[in-house]
Amino acid sequence: MKEQMILKRRIEKGDFNRGGETSSKLKGLLRKLGVEAIINRRITIVTYELEMNIIIHSNGGEISVLVTPDKVKVMAEDRGPGIEDIERALQPGYSTADDEIRNMGFGAGMGLNNIEHYSDDLEIETEMGKGTRITAVVNL
Amino acid sequence: MKLAGIISLLQLEPLMEPDGVEFEVRTACGCDLMSDVLAFSQEKTLLLTGLTNPQVVRTAEMTDIKVIVFVRGKRPQPETIELAREKGIYLYLSKKPMFECCGLLYDRGLNSEEIRKIK
Repeated sequence: MKEQMILKRRIEKGDFNRGGETSSKLKGLLRKLGVEAIINRRITIVTYELEMNIIIHSNGGEISVLVTPDKVKVMAEDRGPGIEDIERALQPGYSTADDEIRNMGFGAGMGLNNIEHYSDDLEIETEMGKGTRITAVVNL
Repeated sequence: MKLAGIISLLQLEPLMEPDGVEFEVRTACGCDLMSDVLAFSQEKTLLLTGLTNPQVVRTAEMTDIKVIVFVRGKRPQPETIELAREKGIYLYLSKKPMFECCGLLYDRGLNSEEIRKIK
């Protein structure tokens, strides 16, 4: 398996109807590539949390997934508004989601925490007013 | 525990065909927060929930949950049922509240999920 970008998708702000489509597609692609089920699940959950974060919290963005012989890199980049306090955002239970989001079952404050837990490496770059880029790596 | 046994225990109404009655369930999870399901779920888990929007099916898909029981008589949206059908996830409806459903299953020996994350 050589290095290849297997998925690249725009994610629109507030697009709950399509939320999860990207992660679902990725799950199928990883299965076809022969990725072990438990690792597939970790990558899929990370991607789903990233995808939903873009939909819920951002002005829209993009997810891309790179596969190399020994790891899968999921990159989520958005157009703002940025994360004010990364340390706080990583705390389980902390969320900036509003009531409407919580009524849908989101905003539990576990998103970034889940991403951190299921990845082997995580980088978060953010700038208020500009955007956020999150890179999560899961080793194969 | 076979799903067929759970169907009669909780008096479940199937929401689609096929109904997956032969499916083996090992653990159960009662949850109304998506990210908690994503944090803690294992395979062969039955999810009990009051959330009826399609994202609950997406959450189940991501965590390989195959059976969802909507409690408190909360009928899911048509889009939710359609997505479940597409993904091969079985949906059921119980008029009983969450607490009672969980208690009945636990009493029958169904294990709760371990509070640990897969890694």
